[in-house]
Amino acid sequence: MVIECKHVWGYISDYLDASLPEDIRQLVQKHLEHCEICSAILDSTRNILILTADERVFELPIGFSERLHARIELELQGTGGG
Amino acid sequence: MHKCHRANHRSVKKQTVRIADVSDIWPWFNRNRCAHRKTVERNGVTMIKQNDNEAAMIASILAGATQLYHELIRPHERSVYMMALSFVKNEADAEDIAQEAFLKAFRNLSAFRAESKFSTWLISITLNEARSRLRQQTTVRMDSLDDPPDDKVVVSPALLRDWREIPSEAVERQEIRQMLQEAVVSLPTIYRQVFQLRDVEELSVKETADALGISVPSVKVRLHRARVMLQKQLSPLLKSANPGPKRRWLPWL
Repeated sequence: MVIECKHVWGYISDYLDASLPEDIRQLVQKHLEHCEICSAILDSTRNILILTADERVFELPIGFSERLHARIELELQGTGGG
Repeated sequence: MHKCHRANHRSVKKQTVRIADVSDIWPWFNRNRCAHRKTVERNGVTMIKQNDNEAAMIASILAGATQLYHELIRPHERSVYMMALSFVKNEADAEDIAQEAFLKAFRNLSAFRAESKFSTWLISITLNEARSRLRQQTTVRMDSLDDPPDDKVVVSPALLRDWREIPSEAVERQEIRQMLQEAVVSLPTIYRQVFQLRDVEELSVKETADALGISVPSVKVRLHRARVMLQKQLSPLLKSANPGPKRRWLPWL
């Protein structure tokens, strides 16, 4: 059985998570071996996931932690636990 | 084992145009994606130790050592804030929600059950806080936050002939960072939340489902769409922001 590009696109996410059933994974694998477009789509998706997960992309606001702990400290004092 | 993707980045990615076997390249990305700069390893022994440690800290806090709460929440500050931000898309409101969530978690700590993970519990408190905040702010029904807008929607990726890998170092560049931020922020909320928990905070699919109160298949569908939406939006932008060496070069120059 041969699958088309469109089918492969539907499997991108599960393929990246290695959660495809073995028979489908093999079909996708076979397709990727000869399809430059689908290979590039997978490579770019994987690359983008690594970049967007990088902690430097979204940073906590400056002083976030200090303000949070100050507020918690007030709460702790209030409960008599501090 | 835990290989840092940064160390392997270039060498691994070059092979991926012709992938021999996905298992050759996926172990390090799939579960063991090295979350460099993250303080908490999310699997294996470290995770078990962290859970045990958290359970012990919670017991001590409940027994009166309340100062330990500061330490208990330190590893979770970021994920709680980011989760709040995925709702309100405004830094000040997100910070407010995060603070409230941490205070509520403290006040309700005795209700925490050790069989669930503290991080998952915190995320659900944060979600409740964000939802109730939004309901107070608007009379518009919030269904759009809970239901996929159109289950029939088909998201297709951007078509490329080739992909030149962009190393993690590229996020040092402000323009790249901004590009990535804008793409994630522009995802519809239901997709962004799943993406945030699964791909940024690296929760499992099941944990993501539990935290959001949705089914595992829903998580998978939303995650797929989020990933493809990001690929569609970002790959052309990143490609032009990070042009490769010219294909044709003159050997005598």
